[in-house]
Amino acid sequence: MIYYDKVSKIYGENAVAVQDITFSVEPKEFISIVGQSGSGKTTLIKMLLAEERPSEGAVFFESSNIHQLNKQELNNLRRRIGTVFQDFRLLPQKTAYENIAFAMEAAGRTDEEIAADVPHVLDLVDLGNKMWNFPHQLSGGEKQRVAIARAIVNQPDIVIADEPTGNLDPVNTNDIIQILKKINDLGTMVILTTHNKSVIDSLKKRVITLERGRIVRDDPSGRYIL
Amino acid sequence: MLNAMNFSVSIQRIFKTGFVSFWRNWFVSLASLLMMTVTLSVITALFFVGALLGNTLNFIKDKVDVSVYFQPTASEQDIQSFKKSLQALPQVSAVSYTSREQALADFRTRHENDQLTLQALDELGDNPLEASLSVKAKDPSQYETIAKMLQSDTALGQSGASIIDRVNYVENKTAIDNLSKIINAAQKFGSIIIAILVLASILITFTTIRLAIYVSRDEISVMKLVGASNAYIRGPFIFIGFMYGAVAALLTLTLWLGSTTEHFFTGMNLYKYYLASFWELLLIVLGAGIVLGVVASFWAVKRYLKI
Repeated sequence: MIYYDKVSKIYGENAVAVQDITFSVEPKEFISIVGQSGSGKTTLIKMLLAEERPSEGAVFFESSNIHQLNKQELNNLRRRIGTVFQDFRLLPQKTAYENIAFAMEAAGRTDEEIAADVPHVLDLVDLGNKMWNFPHQLSGGEKQRVAIARAIVNQPDIVIADEPTGNLDPVNTNDIIQILKKINDLGTMVILTTHNKSVIDSLKKRVITLERGRIVRDDPSGRYIL
Repeated sequence: MLNAMNFSVSIQRIFKTGFVSFWRNWFVSLASLLMMTVTLSVITALFFVGALLGNTLNFIKDKVDVSVYFQPTASEQDIQSFKKSLQALPQVSAVSYTSREQALADFRTRHENDQLTLQALDELGDNPLEASLSVKAKDPSQYETIAKMLQSDTALGQSGASIIDRVNYVENKTAIDNLSKIINAAQKFGSIIIAILVLASILITFTTIRLAIYVSRDEISVMKLVGASNAYIRGPFIFIGFMYGAVAALLTLTLWLGSTTEHFFTGMNLYKYYLASFWELLLIVLGAGIVLGVVASFWAVKRYLKI
């Protein structure tokens, strides 16, 4: 479903972010991309979201080269991907409900669907009682749960979680990972980037290890070897 | 996306989002509104300054004329006929006739406290003053043309002799030339100043709105990542820009409303002029405000849509 074909990204003259990356991810798969800061994890994610263009190679979603899509096709692709970021990226002037409703509005869903689905998805992340709170009224773990709710509300094919536990304590980290596992169990592909070894050890899912922009290990048994 | 969605629902959501953002970001909105009000006030002030300049120039222009003095022998019929031919000239805006008797009466009134002059006049026995025509040109630069026509001595009486004694253009020439230069310079300088001030105001407004949208750059990137179309993202910001323009225009017009402006300038009742030109001013200020707000928002959002 997703295929990175000999992808390299070089900034400026010779600042190599990733080099000669080739791997694929199947539907309903849960993979973790691990590596130290600066190893190229986020660059890989940005290329999948078409935020960055590869210097060489191509990234395919199904049979389409993501970087050859027109604006409309790109918008449609992004609606099939739910994204969770380390810094949450919630809209500060919108309540938890509105942050999630906005993603549905962008996808062209009706007011009736929004009114029915948003409370439901907030209940799923255990925030049904805080739907009218603004982001500054929520804890870090709660903000990340709102971000996950926003990512899954349009029932995407893929959920990308880029260092989702980077700003969280161990208890909230575990909660977030459990939610992501549940999302995957329900049939959604999950791509997780992290450098947290305990998270990987608890998952026991496929792990791709990056080092200085190259894949050094692709382990289906879920081991994160430093 | 707008094609795929129900268009009216999209528009409704854009308005609602814009309106809610306007209120929730009240501090940014207030700052932008005030800056826009300052800009529109500058434009309004320039509108008034333009009117004042025009009014002053007209006042000065009105003081200038070319006088044609007639031979004492010229009959009133000849003078009236000559007056009609002058009025028909395209350069002439008005011609007023002063008869010999009227000139004498005016002279007496002007010198009523100067007994010596009046006594000298009485001793002459006859009226020494000449009938005259005061000619006003449509534009000061046309006085020379009119004077040349008058001096060409084409005004003949029934006897066939010239009825014109003299034309005072040469005496007034320097004053008229200077006035023409001042008027041209004032108009050119005024236009340059107005252009600079308008440009500066537009740049300030653009920068203010750009800063207001800079605050929302993360919001825009998130909107892009959830798959919102550019039109859907841009919509609320353009609506907010529209609101900045419209509200600031109404504020500006309200600021100038009130009879306190009545005596801002001597020789011109600004408040009266404001009321008389209200609809024209409303169109200019509201139009400028809305266009500035919308264009600045459109342009400011554009740079954050490139992901």
